[in-house]
Amino acid sequence: MSVASQDTAIRTGRAVRVLIYLVLVLFSLFYLLPLYVMVVNSVKPLDEITGGGMMNLPQVFTIEPWLKAWSSAQIGVEPTGLSPYFWNSIKMVVPAVAISTVLGALNGYVLTKWRFKYDTILFGLMLFACFIPFQIVLIPMARMLGLMGLAGTTSGLVLVHVVYGIGFTTLYFRNYYAVFPTELIRAAQIDGAGFFQIFWRILLPSSGPIAVVSVIWQFTNIWNDFLFGASFAGADSQPMTVALNNLVQASHGVKEYNVHFAGAILAALPTLLVYIVAGRYFVRGLMAGSVKG
Amino acid sequence: MAMQANADFKTRLQTLLPKLVLSPSLALMLVFVYGFILFSVYLSFTDSRLLPSYGWVGFENYSKLWRLSHWETSLINMAVFASLYITICTFLGLGLAIFLDQKIRAEGMLRTIYLYPMALSFIVTGTAWKWFLDPGIGLENVMQSWGWTSFEFDWIKNRDFAIYTVVLAAVWQTSGFVMAMFLAGLRGIDNEILKAAQMDGASNWNLYRRIIIPQLRPAFLSAFVILSHLAIKTFDLVIALTGGGPGRATELPATFMYSYTFSRNQMGIGAASATIMLMTIAAIMIPYLYAELREKK
Repeated sequence: MSVASQDTAIRTGRAVRVLIYLVLVLFSLFYLLPLYVMVVNSVKPLDEITGGGMMNLPQVFTIEPWLKAWSSAQIGVEPTGLSPYFWNSIKMVVPAVAISTVLGALNGYVLTKWRFKYDTILFGLMLFACFIPFQIVLIPMARMLGLMGLAGTTSGLVLVHVVYGIGFTTLYFRNYYAVFPTELIRAAQIDGAGFFQIFWRILLPSSGPIAVVSVIWQFTNIWNDFLFGASFAGADSQPMTVALNNLVQASHGVKEYNVHFAGAILAALPTLLVYIVAGRYFVRGLMAGSVKG
Repeated sequence: MAMQANADFKTRLQTLLPKLVLSPSLALMLVFVYGFILFSVYLSFTDSRLLPSYGWVGFENYSKLWRLSHWETSLINMAVFASLYITICTFLGLGLAIFLDQKIRAEGMLRTIYLYPMALSFIVTGTAWKWFLDPGIGLENVMQSWGWTSFEFDWIKNRDFAIYTVVLAAVWQTSGFVMAMFLAGLRGIDNEILKAAQMDGASNWNLYRRIIIPQLRPAFLSAFVILSHLAIKTFDLVIALTGGGPGRATELPATFMYSYTFSRNQMGIGAASATIMLMTIAAIMIPYLYAELREKK
């Protein structure tokens, strides 16, 4: 991967280059279109949308839809807006990301630096668990959460997300630690350093890039999850995605498209911010980990 | 003497510690993944309806499942959706990656634009496309208000075309990611070979066809594995975009399983459909993971 950022040796003529730029710009319009639609329509009055002006800039600018989506729109039966659900998501995401990342780091450390018989098979089992269709665990999970007294709670959702997130976090840390020089670990062992000391003093200080990858990945996946939220959340632990879907699908009353768009942006903002602020560390960290696992 | 025992205990603890640290994750995985899989597969052979029940019925749920037109529809939809989604994402991703690889000025910005949909929830994507494609307020209405009065675009409300709107939204969301995978592959290709071939007078078309694209095999394979497993798991997008409708025009196995298990109280059949989904994914993932892990040894 040392050549990872080299330029291609391919040379292209002027006409071809113009064409390439044209195609690239056209596609960027395609990718930006839904974002444009959401943003412009979230700040205009409803009649401007229903009157055929979805693609137009707002004639009357209003933040009313945003306020309504946040604090007074009808979600299910309560006119609470999306704000309580936003906090539900935060309360679920923060512990779930933290726990799964810590466990992933420890697992990656053990699986690369304290290898034992059959460790590859164990890792394979963990990895496969990342890709299962979650439909296969929905029924027993509902039973298990009930038995544990966690049905319909945020803690239950945290548990679910930790369990099904460990595979990915372990994968990231394992690939990253695999290229960390094992001689350093052996030298520290000879000097009498123990298991946790080595992890704490030697591996952890250089784990920044992969921790960023793990945190971004987990944050995005858990924030955006709908299936587990819809299946296991109770009335007061529903995450943002479930609430947004309830808002948009509500069959009664006037469809307030502008409020729907504002709500959709609210649901997208945290992950979009993370992507814009830290996206480049994500790619860089992934590159560092994928040198050779 | 006591010191000796203490030291012994310490070394033994040190050798045990790695396994101790790994064990909570392993226990969670064995119970919540593999134990649950066994339990669901078991339920698919029982007469469970609203709640799990343990009366053994053999393959009855499976034979019922395969006779349901609802299941057949969701499988046909899956075939249409998955083949288009995988093909379009792969070609679009490869095309954009090749274009972006031509020393493009604003590459960083374009990459960010192509990739940002990956950060969004399928519910957000579904909501945006749902209203944009809605004939009442979206594209059709806009075109008509701009003066093109005969313009019609009602795919999302049309039984024969609704599945293509799911393809459109899904491609929009993940093609940028596939582009990034191919771009990483392109940047890893050795320029010396290309320069040598250029000296021999090879055209750009031939360079790509004979040298570059064949070298992207690993990227093609990863893209295929990731896209196919995403396709089989597609659930939220359909819920938000079409709700499985109109009629059953966009039902997929994942939405089928959910409605049979949780709203129609046919848990046995739901479990059987989930088992088939798992088998399909396993048939793709296990050979891939096996090859990957063996290589890395």
